[in-house]
Amino acid sequence: LDETQVRQDPEVPSAVAAIRTLLEFLKRDQSETILGLRENLTQTIRRLEEADSSVAVSSGGELFLRFISLTSLEHPDLSQCKKVMVERGELFLKKISLSRSKVAKLCHTFIKDGAKILTHSSSRVVLKVLESAAADKKRFTVYVTESQPDSAGQMADKLQNLNIPVTVVLDAAVGYIMEKVDLVIVGAEGVVESGGIINKIGTYQLAVCSKAHNKPFYVVAESFKFVRLYPLNQQDVPERFKYKADTLKAVEDLAEEHPMIDYTPPSLITLLFTDLGVLTPSAVSDELIKLYL
Amino acid sequence: MADCGEPDGPGNKDDITRSKNEGKELTKEEKQRLRKQKKHQKKQKERKNEKGPSETEKDKTPVSLLPPPQPVATQKAPSALPAPASAPIPVPASAPFHSSPAPSPADKPAKSKAELKAERRARQETDRAAKQPGSSSSGIKTKVPLSELNPVVKRLPEHVQVDDPAVVKRLAKKLERQQIPLRSDYGYKVSLFSHLHQYSRKAPLTQLLSIPSTVIHPSIVRLGLQYSQGIVAGSNARSVALLHAFKQVIRDYTTPPNEELSRDLVNKLKPYISFLNQCRPLSASMGNAIKYIKKEISNIPSQCKEEEAKTKLLTCIDRYIEEKIVLAAKAISKYAIEKISDGDVILVYGYSSLVNNILCEAFEKSRKFRVIVVDSRPRLEGREALRRLVQRGISCTYVLISALSYILPEVSKVFLGAHALLANGYVMSRVGTSQIALVARTYNVPVLVCCETYKFCERVQTDSFVSNELDDPDDLMVTRKGKTQLENWQDVSSLGLLNLVYDVTPPDFVDLVITDLGMIPCTSVPVVLRVKNLDQ
Repeated sequence: LDETQVRQDPEVPSAVAAIRTLLEFLKRDQSETILGLRENLTQTIRRLEEADSSVAVSSGGELFLRFISLTSLEHPDLSQCKKVMVERGELFLKKISLSRSKVAKLCHTFIKDGAKILTHSSSRVVLKVLESAAADKKRFTVYVTESQPDSAGQMADKLQNLNIPVTVVLDAAVGYIMEKVDLVIVGAEGVVESGGIINKIGTYQLAVCSKAHNKPFYVVAESFKFVRLYPLNQQDVPERFKYKADTLKAVEDLAEEHPMIDYTPPSLITLLFTDLGVLTPSAVSDELIKLYL
Repeated sequence: MADCGEPDGPGNKDDITRSKNEGKELTKEEKQRLRKQKKHQKKQKERKNEKGPSETEKDKTPVSLLPPPQPVATQKAPSALPAPASAPIPVPASAPFHSSPAPSPADKPAKSKAELKAERRARQETDRAAKQPGSSSSGIKTKVPLSELNPVVKRLPEHVQVDDPAVVKRLAKKLERQQIPLRSDYGYKVSLFSHLHQYSRKAPLTQLLSIPSTVIHPSIVRLGLQYSQGIVAGSNARSVALLHAFKQVIRDYTTPPNEELSRDLVNKLKPYISFLNQCRPLSASMGNAIKYIKKEISNIPSQCKEEEAKTKLLTCIDRYIEEKIVLAAKAISKYAIEKISDGDVILVYGYSSLVNNILCEAFEKSRKFRVIVVDSRPRLEGREALRRLVQRGISCTYVLISALSYILPEVSKVFLGAHALLANGYVMSRVGTSQIALVARTYNVPVLVCCETYKFCERVQTDSFVSNELDDPDDLMVTRKGKTQLENWQDVSSLGLLNLVYDVTPPDFVDLVITDLGMIPCTSVPVVLRVKNLDQ
């Protein structure tokens, strides 16, 4: 059900697809008690994670669960409860589909005329930001890293379609190119409690380089990517996020595998642009406390 | 003070317009006279005031808002003012200025000037008598709204103003009233810390008490002795002991006739708290516990019968201990165990009951790790931690803090306990903690602080000097092979021994704080404080 959804609409982030699936499941669910409902939902989330082990799916799922479990406290009658849950689920979906444009609106003002931007791999949010900046009649050039192992050539094509001058650089050339660029913008697969981010492998290097050159390092992420993790270092990121779902199932010794994501600590990030506003890394934890507590 | 004329100038213009609206008329002479008066008063204030600088600043801004006659009235040296002159101002807006302080005790040099002022004021009064109906009554009226509009003047706590004789005198008077002996400082204090108390363990406060003590409950006396001799040490242990002692006090308490339990019990507790403070300065956790108890007591409805009220209080205290200490420890262990992985080498410092609890639980959940215990003189608390961990079967290494940079490359995580977490994210803990955090940061080792939320306090501190505790300097003497070094340190006039108890770690060195509410970065402490205050 979910895989078909994801393939149907490449514009939709995986978390949204996951939430849509959960909503569908909720509509079709037959359980009699709230506890049973929650159990079924957690099972579905686990199955979704098995299919696509990205951080975003996990965070989206958890948020959805949180969002609807609060309603269970208000309405004792199950059928009414379900109706309210479905309504709220739809509302949630609508809100997060708008979040990307909200982020773009906040961020594109930080791109000045004549700026040189460095970005990493292919992120739909960053694309949206650059789109709105271009629509604002700003002239800028973009450097995109090649981002092996699954190269992000598609990002370069999309930018070319928008008539933005693009250069693809090697991952190893980030230090070389850093003195030319003015700012770095990346997306995020997950934003963790400390204010750091989990993103495609190579982001940490980019952040360290930009810090060494004193260039601002901006992160754009929607609020449903906030996840309740607190990694202390690269090793502390749970294994189930580091590798693709198929790899996790197939391979026995994960030490041989290359991780797909890395963790960037908050000290290297200048600002985060989210649909909740422009936040400093330390404010992320405040927002999370408000969301979850 | 030359520039004080300037704020008066434009201020006067405002005042003129305002007073015109209020129907008063001012002559140029009066304005000049008042400007001169203000200058005099400001000079007096600077001389008189202990907290001189802060107050003149406060003066400068509100002065310009005041209509000229006002500052004359309720300023310094009110004793010199004749009663009717203290009034005439029906403009409560200029309040903040006046109500400020506890006027300092009468100052002799100012009296002559004050008399001159009084004359001038008397003249103004006669001038304005017709225009202002019932000036004396309005004076009383204005006094009330003035005090209401007073901004909260934050006073420095007395225990960090030991080098100020006025504060010490005030404290002595207060203790006399409560019939508690004053503990005297011992030995030469290092000049940087001369604003703190330094007591000797050989002279406990209890020796100065009469037996049986009529003022202080015996369990409190026992507790005070335990604190001052170091028998009960450690933030959690002290708070729990305090709460148990208070439970005993409540059990033995009987309401005197014509008194209400809610008010009388709180008053009874005040001398106990002063006594405990004299034995050993209160910790932040104890302060929070006391605040909670006082709140609970004052919330007892007056119709409540004594037995009922007492049982209610006892259950409240039990619940506080259960929730904030015991269950919090369980919750913190649960979060902390997630952070301990197999093969970890964990460094701990000193003895923190919470960190020990976490390690024992993790070991029971069969995590494979080993512990390095870092210890420091003179308390050597690490030995207690070592003993308890080894008893459980955890493999440990023991080093002194001087070997820290040698041992750190082996370490994968550092777990620290905290005495208190301050509102700006700084961690106050046993002296040596900030050193460990600093060196761990340079080796890129993650530092985790474990702290229950009841230890969060509203205080802000950026250094370890301003508020600390000085322990007995004689502890630094060490006897080896029959010889005691530093035995006659008191005889050497240029030698001072410093035995600090706490230090303050900035939030940049701490990676993660584990509390019973979850894992938060150090910078989010004020958010938790805010959320907690909303709950309460």
